[in-house]
Amino acid sequence: MQIDWQHFTPRSSLAGGLLIGLAAAVLILFNGRIAGISGIVGGLLSPRKGDSGWRIAFLAGLLITPLLYQLRHALPEVDIEAGTPALVIAGLLVGLGVRYGAGCTSGHGVCGLSRLSPRSLVATMCFMAAGFLTVYVLRHGLAWT
Amino acid sequence: MMKLLCSLFSGLLFGLGLIVSGMSNPAKVLGFLDLAGAWDPSLALVMGGAIIVAMPAFWLSRRRQRAILGDAMQLPTNRKLDRRLVLGSLAFGLGWGIAGFCPGPALVSLLAWQTKAWIFATAMLAGMALFAWLERRRAMDKQSSATS
Repeated sequence: MQIDWQHFTPRSSLAGGLLIGLAAAVLILFNGRIAGISGIVGGLLSPRKGDSGWRIAFLAGLLITPLLYQLRHALPEVDIEAGTPALVIAGLLVGLGVRYGAGCTSGHGVCGLSRLSPRSLVATMCFMAAGFLTVYVLRHGLAWT
Repeated sequence: MMKLLCSLFSGLLFGLGLIVSGMSNPAKVLGFLDLAGAWDPSLALVMGGAIIVAMPAFWLSRRRQRAILGDAMQLPTNRKLDRRLVLGSLAFGLGWGIAGFCPGPALVSLLAWQTKAWIFATAMLAGMALFAWLERRRAMDKQSSATS
């Protein structure tokens, strides 16, 4: 294994992680809810009475962050290699997968692991393994032939 | 009102964390998932940092009946390790590896006006809506088979 020192950003990534953890801490302690993006969005698609306000408020905050960030700093570059068909397939898989799996990187990976939930540990191992394998096949798989 | 403001604040912190950590960039996420190439361990530090802060908060939350603003503590109660959990998470990982986007970063990139993020997010919402529709149908089938 070779570490990509050129792109590795230990300090800013750790700082960003602390902020994400703080966001999850605020939401569970003050609102009693899990900061899982897929669950928050998914709950709006099968709405229950009185359960939508906090979801919309959270998502509004998430969505407007780049606009606020831009007032002070240039946004970091966003580099998306995948073409349109790949993005559509990936989007459908992610949308269906996170709902059947009841969580994504935030709900299982951050909140679930923080709660020491066995379900979240299994889910995180599954999506990490599938992610590693997919990137391996797409980037190096054809090199066998 | 306080509850909504608090939720908004949490969303802002979450989005800021995604941008600062570099995770709003799919190329960086794929750099983490590419173990066999030049590996960028950044994502592991993002998760580690988030867990260090969130863990004491969840520890406290388990000892409370109600959240500070008065709502019931809604911690997940499902403990089943079933096929839905495993297959769903595998499908999510497959899509994540193809595009480098998971739900949070995709949403954060929308108002940075990334066309490709819009394409991904639209497909993702369609996938979630499909799940909601399939679940409603499943519930209706169960109901009708119970009454007949």
